[in-house]
Amino acid sequence: MGVLEHKFQDNVVVASMDKLIGWARSTSPWFFQFGLACCAIEMMATAASRHDLMRIGMIPRSSPRQADVMIVAGTVTMKMGLRVKKLYEQMADPKYVISMGSCATSGGPYWQHGYHVLKGVDIVVPVDVYVPGCPPRPEALIEGLLKLQEKIQAERPLTRKSV
Amino acid sequence: MGVVQGDQMVLNIGPQHPSTHGVLRLKVWTDGEIVSEIKPYIGYLHRCFEKHSENVTYEQVIPFTDRCDYIASMNNNFGYVVTMEELMEIKVPERVEYIRVIMAELNRIASHLLALGVYGLDVGAFTPFLYMFRDRERILDIFELTCGARLLYNYMWVGGVSHDLPKDFERICIGFLDYFEPKIKEYNDLLTHNKIFLERTADVGVLPPDVAINFGVSGPNLRGSGVNWDVRKDEPYSIYDRFEFEIPLGEGEFGTVGDSFDRYWVRMCEMKESIKIIRQAIKDLPDGDVFQTIPKKIRPPKGSIYRRTESPRGDLGYYIISDGSPIPYRVKMRSPAFTALSSLGEIAQGWMLSDVIAILGSLDIVLGEIDR
Amino acid sequence: MTPTEIKETLDREFPGSVIDNEELAESQIELKPDQWLEIATYLKNDPGLNFDQLECVTGIDTGEDGPLQSRYNFHSMEHRHKIEVVISLDRNNPKVASIEQVWRVGDWFERETYDMFGIIYEGHRDLRRILCPEDWEGWPLRKDYEAQETYHGIVVPKIKEEEWE
Repeated sequence: MGVLEHKFQDNVVVASMDKLIGWARSTSPWFFQFGLACCAIEMMATAASRHDLMRIGMIPRSSPRQADVMIVAGTVTMKMGLRVKKLYEQMADPKYVISMGSCATSGGPYWQHGYHVLKGVDIVVPVDVYVPGCPPRPEALIEGLLKLQEKIQAERPLTRKSV
Repeated sequence: MGVVQGDQMVLNIGPQHPSTHGVLRLKVWTDGEIVSEIKPYIGYLHRCFEKHSENVTYEQVIPFTDRCDYIASMNNNFGYVVTMEELMEIKVPERVEYIRVIMAELNRIASHLLALGVYGLDVGAFTPFLYMFRDRERILDIFELTCGARLLYNYMWVGGVSHDLPKDFERICIGFLDYFEPKIKEYNDLLTHNKIFLERTADVGVLPPDVAINFGVSGPNLRGSGVNWDVRKDEPYSIYDRFEFEIPLGEGEFGTVGDSFDRYWVRMCEMKESIKIIRQAIKDLPDGDVFQTIPKKIRPPKGSIYRRTESPRGDLGYYIISDGSPIPYRVKMRSPAFTALSSLGEIAQGWMLSDVIAILGSLDIVLGEIDR
Repeated sequence: MTPTEIKETLDREFPGSVIDNEELAESQIELKPDQWLEIATYLKNDPGLNFDQLECVTGIDTGEDGPLQSRYNFHSMEHRHKIEVVISLDRNNPKVASIEQVWRVGDWFERETYDMFGIIYEGHRDLRRILCPEDWEGWPLRKDYEAQETYHGIVVPKIKEEEWE
């Protein structure tokens, strides 16, 4: 971590504010359980006994005000798309979106004749990580979450952006 | 002495809600805490299954049927292929019939485990959910060993199945059944005989049998009200008439006949019966080739057929109309949860708001099947 | 009772309402839509027939310029017999009596057939769309359905055939 390392006692840690904030934010993202269809069952299985999701710091929260990450799991339809946007706007910053499954990514198996299916949730909300699969395995979802953690860690919230 | 009548409050539950089993919206008119009217609004997961099935071939409809009731996809497949085989008059080999029954019953156990675990979660008990999912994962391991998928299998094809059983399937399956049978006692100790659970579910949401038949309710919901109707026994399909199993009925052990506890208890007993069926089927499993009667091109004769089978939620019906070409003319899926949900407005009147959630959980609905 | 006996019973009680149609199977009866509510009540209440379970209501579009059909599957728990009723309706004015007060399950089934095909069930207390949104245009499962271009600003994309060659 630089030239100041190991110059102090053992219980003193030196880091930059950006890295500390990144570490704190990325290691306990609470997710907003937005399970819509089949992928919701795999999301529940990921949070259950075998592939425990709480060991990487994620707890399911049912209110958008208390959540950091919204996992859109399942097909988004026209009727539901308006509500997805409303719930996304109710979440507090900083917020992230994971699109789980091929239905949320691009319409899935319903892309061709689905008149009522939204072809991808990124039409209504900005997406950070796409997890493909139909449904994706719990291990794939955990990989997507770890990628999201890397992305959050790489943000530099305090660095002044060059104008 | 007049009656004080306050204003009614209109409360909106959903479409995003932790205990609505999917995207369901309930509009509730309450007088304080007591509910006077409920209207369910559905259609938030309408994925145009019937429009798709008019544009793809008969084989290509099978993955779409998986995704309708995503918790019991083997049973959805089973219903579709049984209907198609009756329309085309195909007789499948014995080994295929036994494999199909084993898979359908394993999926019935997995579906009930999920339904009961999530019901405990609705009522406030978190531990049974984790225990039941632990055991459900072992069933999903067996499915993954056979056909490669955990949740949506596309396993049963018209005229056969997609993969034969792996080499030591019998040892693994019997091993699982021996492990699972004592667990039912564990669930009973945790949840069924739990005083708080009984207070929340006994006598709550009573569904009288004639109302149930009029509302088209079927499956464990109907059997919880004491009506002895199971498609596997009364209109048998495949080889279900060769197995010995009982039909558990709700008896009002802790409350009235037809309350939420009875519907829960029927599901718990059905898991034991499914274990019996699987043991009998594995004992008699014959050898043979599973691929020999799969037709190269499916062109059923002109005509229409309606056939129902028993899915874990009730009577799953398929109405298929064929005009002689490889693409279906009309496929309609009659889903059991659709009719069960339409009866919610009738049975939930007069209860408190938290009881409505307990009643909804006991009906075991899956929105993918309702909206198709 | 066999389907032929049920057909004869209906012909006797409601003369003129059974239509002979060669294309239908043995267990299907085609009826005229005029007296449908009375026939339905008779099917349910007569002790010899006692059809207390309405299994399924299906809507069918028989092709361009053909009629729309509403098919009902019935089953009796006591006698264990089944029948299917077919009612053909004019495409430009599809109206038939609603049976939702006789079998309460018909409520949602008829709303769904209205949503998908546009068949109007007269006497239904609350006929509105159930699966598609309330302001959706068109009847999706008809054979000549064209999806609308946008819905609340969201584009309902159509597949451009040239791009997928």
